[in-house]
Amino acid sequence: MSTVDLEAKIPNNVGLRDNKRLMMALEKWQPKFLDWWTKLGPTDFNQDQVYLRTAIGVGQGGWAHFDYVKMPDYRWGIFLADGPADRKIHFGDQLGEKAWQEVPGEFRNRLRRLIVTQGDTEPASVEQQRMLGHCCPSLYDLRSLFQVNVEEGRHLWAMVYLLQTYFGADGRDEAEAMLERHSGDQDNPRILQAFNYPVTNWLDFFCFTTFMDRDGKYQLASLAESSFDPLARTTQFMLAEEAYHLQTGENGVGRIIKRTGEILAAGKDPRAVGAIPLDIVQKYINFWFTGSMDLFGGEDSTNAAEAFAMGLKGRYRESDGIYKDPKALSASYSLEVPTEEGKIEKRDIPLRRAMNAVLLDAYIADCKRIVERWNRDLEKAGVQQRVYLPDHKFNRHQGVYAGYRFAPDGKLIDEATWTHEHTNWLPTQADRDYVQSCMVRVVEPGKFANYIAPPAQGVNDKPIDFEYVLFH
Amino acid sequence: MTDFNRHPSSYHHWQLQIDGDIAHLRMNVDPAHPFRPGYELKLNSYDLGVDMELADAIQRLRFEHPEVKVVVLGSAQERAFCAGANIWMLAESSHPFKVNFCKYTNETRLSLEDASQHSGLKSICAVNAACAGGGYELALACDEIHLVDDNNSAVSLPEVPLLGVLPGTGGLTRLVDKRKVRRDRADVFCTMAEGVRGKKAVAWGLVDATWKKSQFAEKVTARARELAAALPTRAPRGVTLPPIHFRRDGDTYAWTHVRLQVEPAARRATLTVHGPVGEQPRDGAGYAAVGASAWALQCWRELDDALLQLRFDHEEVGLIVLQTRGDRQALLQVERDLAANRSHWLCNEILLQMARTLRRFDLMARSSYALVDADACCAGAFLELTLACDRIYALDSDRVQMAIGPLSQGLLPMSHGLSRLQNRFLARPEHAARLAAEMPTSTGAEIDEQGLCTYLLDPVDWDDDVRIALEERVSLSPDALTGMEASLRFGGVENCDSKIFGRLSAWQNWIFTRPNATGDEGALTRYGAPESAKFDWRRT
Repeated sequence: MSTVDLEAKIPNNVGLRDNKRLMMALEKWQPKFLDWWTKLGPTDFNQDQVYLRTAIGVGQGGWAHFDYVKMPDYRWGIFLADGPADRKIHFGDQLGEKAWQEVPGEFRNRLRRLIVTQGDTEPASVEQQRMLGHCCPSLYDLRSLFQVNVEEGRHLWAMVYLLQTYFGADGRDEAEAMLERHSGDQDNPRILQAFNYPVTNWLDFFCFTTFMDRDGKYQLASLAESSFDPLARTTQFMLAEEAYHLQTGENGVGRIIKRTGEILAAGKDPRAVGAIPLDIVQKYINFWFTGSMDLFGGEDSTNAAEAFAMGLKGRYRESDGIYKDPKALSASYSLEVPTEEGKIEKRDIPLRRAMNAVLLDAYIADCKRIVERWNRDLEKAGVQQRVYLPDHKFNRHQGVYAGYRFAPDGKLIDEATWTHEHTNWLPTQADRDYVQSCMVRVVEPGKFANYIAPPAQGVNDKPIDFEYVLFH
Repeated sequence: MTDFNRHPSSYHHWQLQIDGDIAHLRMNVDPAHPFRPGYELKLNSYDLGVDMELADAIQRLRFEHPEVKVVVLGSAQERAFCAGANIWMLAESSHPFKVNFCKYTNETRLSLEDASQHSGLKSICAVNAACAGGGYELALACDEIHLVDDNNSAVSLPEVPLLGVLPGTGGLTRLVDKRKVRRDRADVFCTMAEGVRGKKAVAWGLVDATWKKSQFAEKVTARARELAAALPTRAPRGVTLPPIHFRRDGDTYAWTHVRLQVEPAARRATLTVHGPVGEQPRDGAGYAAVGASAWALQCWRELDDALLQLRFDHEEVGLIVLQTRGDRQALLQVERDLAANRSHWLCNEILLQMARTLRRFDLMARSSYALVDADACCAGAFLELTLACDRIYALDSDRVQMAIGPLSQGLLPMSHGLSRLQNRFLARPEHAARLAAEMPTSTGAEIDEQGLCTYLLDPVDWDDDVRIALEERVSLSPDALTGMEASLRFGGVENCDSKIFGRLSAWQNWIFTRPNATGDEGALTRYGAPESAKFDWRRT
């Protein structure tokens, strides 16, 4: 692809035309990205026309331009949110100094690692979900899946832009490596283990987008505070898209719960009509919510303290001025810690070391709100059963609770109790088989699989029975 | 007192599995079992307790499992090969403890290399995940390093950029001296916290091979088999190493052949070693039958333990007063038999153990004076121990004899490779060679003429002169003495080992006491603390 083509093909507000170095890097990288997309993305749907939103600018309306497009022709763009030219660092040790427009040498490797770890998750989720289109519950949902996929692709572009622009030859190598690692590849896996499991049914997908993508939102939000201005502005723009993914998940799980509620209210057995019983939905919530918490890193973390001190990662909405001490030096954080004697005790740790826990708390509060919303549909349907969020200590594999057994209510339990009870708390193979059996393909416009309620409205003011995907 | 005895059946941190002629030694550090309370051993990070088990495992492979030709050092944890020495432990430890910890871990790694060079026990390091700092230094001590190529796992020495200290367990030295990594690449590597992975690690010589994750275990095992097939079998079975016990009565420690009497107020300790009593084995088969209770093994294991007790539990003892006791002829007979049977694996191992214990003695950061009086058994390896001292006070008497034995020809080398005679007579190498070849027994004035004592004291002066010498020594600055002794003890050439204990450790120990590392705002102090380090930017 020539330079001129490339410039036309990549919507951007980063002055791509005048940035020779970036242009040269992208000329090499872009064909590799397309090759990756056609081989490891939603391969079987690349010839179909999908009604997708494309970001072509950062202003009002610019980020939501809708049209039919074949996914490989999607215009993956590079955007930075607008920001003040003379932004000051608003937290950490360098509080009050000018935000960095270039990467400071002393933080270069750490910043690169942060960006690579974040960037690696973006193509990973596309790979995880690549076969899901074959059992879509509706054209509406199929479109949502592809929207999420292309935007995760764009998020990869955003991270690649940073690597190629600010991190020299190493950055270019890292950008290529992100296309070489593959989800679930035993020899070359994605960096974070949670991104190596296939997502093969839509309950998994909606839970994934509810919980894992919401973890992504909080990670992006902490990077959006960064003293490295290009990173902050890139991630701020990504957050706008991420919000859509969370909506997809939240609504998806909500519609499944709503449908099951309707069936229960009608006095029918969900299993008899191919819908998903609430106890199975609960197990999926338990599984994905706890897995997503593991992505926050240790609750007591020196890494997190350093990233804050250096000004690389801030707290959620740090720039809104909602925290009293922007240096976070005076306060401590009260962390629940399991003791050798089998008890839980509160331990005060310096606030900076608890930055992951602080971010996690904000995340959990957000998740609680969602579960309440789901329960409102059950209440409306007149069903007694409710879904809930398990305790943050339950089923953890990272952080201070890893290695201990907790019940979903947060009670410390012994191994025998866990062995006996865990099949009541987490999806069993039988549960997974049942959910898989519900995954019927529905592609008639306006029709939905029986386990999921239709959405409240269509996309971009289109009707629900709009033909969101035109098969070739 | 510190109990240095460990046994595989009660390891907390390692798994030792013997599979024919290959041993798998897997690190699986239990975070909840630190050597001292106050920190957690996360991510296979180690402390003294972890290293004691490693040292034990290497000893057992040498003595109990001569059928093993190759040891594969790996990790039982999927996420970490080894994160190095535990930083919280280092930050909390006193300076003397840190220095002694590093010295001990250095000796453990040298023992692994010694086993490769002299016992035919080769080692492969299977780096299955992140390998940082002391983890990579452990890998460097192995003959080969195999790294998993998963686009993620790296080897690294992040001490300088992250902690403001050095990779002090031989890392810097082995990088350029052993693996011969180009100095500029080594410079880049040692300042890049995240390290180097995959093909670049191979190209730079940081590791020997990388394998895909799915093939890793298989390839490493295949390589271990290949190595083992090319090595001769040492022996089908070994001898059991029982724990080393002492009785403690106040300030006196009593082993079977070694006695340590600490005088805390005088800041000195008298170390008395006793020669063989009763019948000793005459050949390899005899040693294999008697096992670890043979004097030649038990005495030196006990001496090793005594030196460790001094290092870790008696920091204020500044002077070791060495006394030798026993029958010179019996001692020399044992040595002649061991030397004659060196081709037998166990005799070889016993000689290597003696040599290691002597090197441990050379490396004591304490002054050492040998007293050669009428009751002394100053012969052979005990003479070597005497020569290892900073000064030798001999009594001018016909009853005092110093006898050079067959091991002084180079079977008990110092860490820089010289025999103690060569090291003593750097100006007269022919004299050192003659003494080693002729193995004379010297008496009275001959001792002084041969240059084997510092002072030959008349019996009427003995008590006073010795007393004054001891009192004077302990009055001097302990720091200056440590530096002076370390400089004077090792004359002549340097090698990788001596650079580790000299250059690297000396710099590391200096850095450990500098504000930039351990001051209130130093990098080691502040590692993981809310605030970042602040440096005094002046270079020396």
